Amino acid sequence: MHPFTITQVADPRSAITAHGADRAVAFIAGGTDLLGLIKDRAALPDHLLDINALPDMAAIDVRSDGSLRVGALARMSDLAAHPAARQRYPVVSESLLLAASGQLRNMASIGGNIMQRTRCAYFRDGDGLPCNKREPRSGCSALRGIHRTHAIFGWSESCIATHPSDLAVALAALDAAVHVRGLQGDREIPFSEFHRLPGDTPEKDDVLERGDLIVAIEIPARAEARNSHYLKVRDRQSYEFALVSTAAAVATDTGNIRSVRLAMGGVAHKPWRLRAAEEALRGLPLDDVASLRGAIAESFTDARPLTHNAFKVELAQRCVLRALQTAGARA
Amino acid sequence: MTINRREFIEGAALVAGSAAVTGPLALPVDPAGQPTTRVPMTALVNGQRRTIFVEPRTTLLDALREQLHLTGTKKGCDRGECGACTVHVNGRRVLSCMSLAVMQEGKRITTIEGLGREDKLHPLQAAFIEYDGFQCGFCTPGQIMSGVAMLQEARAGWPSAATADVAKPFAIADLSRREIRERMSGNLCRCACYPNIVAAVDAAAKEV
Repeated sequence: MHPFTITQVADPRSAITAHGADRAVAFIAGGTDLLGLIKDRAALPDHLLDINALPDMAAIDVRSDGSLRVGALARMSDLAAHPAARQRYPVVSESLLLAASGQLRNMASIGGNIMQRTRCAYFRDGDGLPCNKREPRSGCSALRGIHRTHAIFGWSESCIATHPSDLAVALAALDAAVHVRGLQGDREIPFSEFHRLPGDTPEKDDVLERGDLIVAIEIPARAEARNSHYLKVRDRQSYEFALVSTAAAVATDTGNIRSVRLAMGGVAHKPWRLRAAEEALRGLPLDDVASLRGAIAESFTDARPLTHNAFKVELAQRCVLRALQTAGARA
Repeated sequence: MTINRREFIEGAALVAGSAAVTGPLALPVDPAGQPTTRVPMTALVNGQRRTIFVEPRTTLLDALREQLHLTGTKKGCDRGECGACTVHVNGRRVLSCMSLAVMQEGKRITTIEGLGREDKLHPLQAAFIEYDGFQCGFCTPGQIMSGVAMLQEARAGWPSAATADVAKPFAIADLSRREIRERMSGNLCRCACYPNIVAAVDAAAKEV
């Protein structure tokens, strides 16, 4: 394994300064993604900053305005089992429980979860094949290789990878906010702006800069959140990444959709919000399946499937329909 | 005098290591006698306070096996994909292959060696024997460590992806075989002994 040194940091300021000053420095919390990347030589940090002892970053609190503030160091299992997440944001709890395994959920932090890097095998395996995410301007092996699990939306000639986090899909649907502390002070990043599309710079997954530390994620109170559901479709029933997944949250009025929030995983370089479908679904009766199908299709007119993943276009729409129906049945 | 395979391997390792390190607190040197970048780490391992010197990149799994000679914890994939290396850290099940040893300072670590005694097995160990929950045995320590902590999680009311409604409280009586399969999915068994593993966990869940 690539050699590195490690120190435990006790205050956020010194962590941010050290991270901002040196590109070879990486934060480590749960380490479940970073250590895998280092073992696969997809990350080669010279120094790790153990941020687990930073104060006030592991709590999960319900705020007076009804929102849920999740410290970046809270573990996946902490949030999944938290009564507020389970009762008021079931899509959040379900997305976590459908991810990884019991052991990994006990280790992985919430901040690290949304920072996970793609599971594209050409990025991970590192057997000398080109990957623009791993080595900028080296080429994309997946584009003309095996890309059954890759993107159908928003990809570029540089990169067709998908984002692996399930939680991020739920947070995108609920318009959560990422609270970041950096060299220039504190700021709040809307979730839909946190991750990037690949464009010409697929090596950058998100909008964070050197020195940026995720402090917390804030999930606002939403009318739709209580009637929400996460549906994940994959090659095996458990302990597997998504082929496609849907986070659905819906508010109803006597059986009709008043407002709905939809986001998908496994289809793009970032959690993919289905805004056209959300608009078209408004006012439709939840039991009018043909109309629901038509409205969902509004978000798939710009789908661009590749040779091996065309099946995702139909699978994704069926996944959305089922997730919407399940969420609606909770209303 | 009889000597088993494990004692022979451990003895050979000690002979090989004794040239470089003369005692537990000797100045750490590499095989060429040069000072190393190793740092001390002290943890409570199976109830005993243990101090070892580790390279920062040493995983908890390698430290347990190679330095503390606790070889019950197995290295399967070394990538967080199989669960064979499952141990408990501060009471929670984790993957030791994806944990750095240096980050375990002050933690309470339990391995399969610390779970029961030869004359008094943990109830889940006894259940694995009774229900024939293994064939080759390589995944078994991880399965058992995972199962013990999983039952504690279920008793604490944690839901799973097999729970129909996460908004409702979860009780241990709700721990169906479907729930057990989902909650144990992080432990792979190449012999596919799953039906008997699930039966053993189910039996242990119903005890006490």
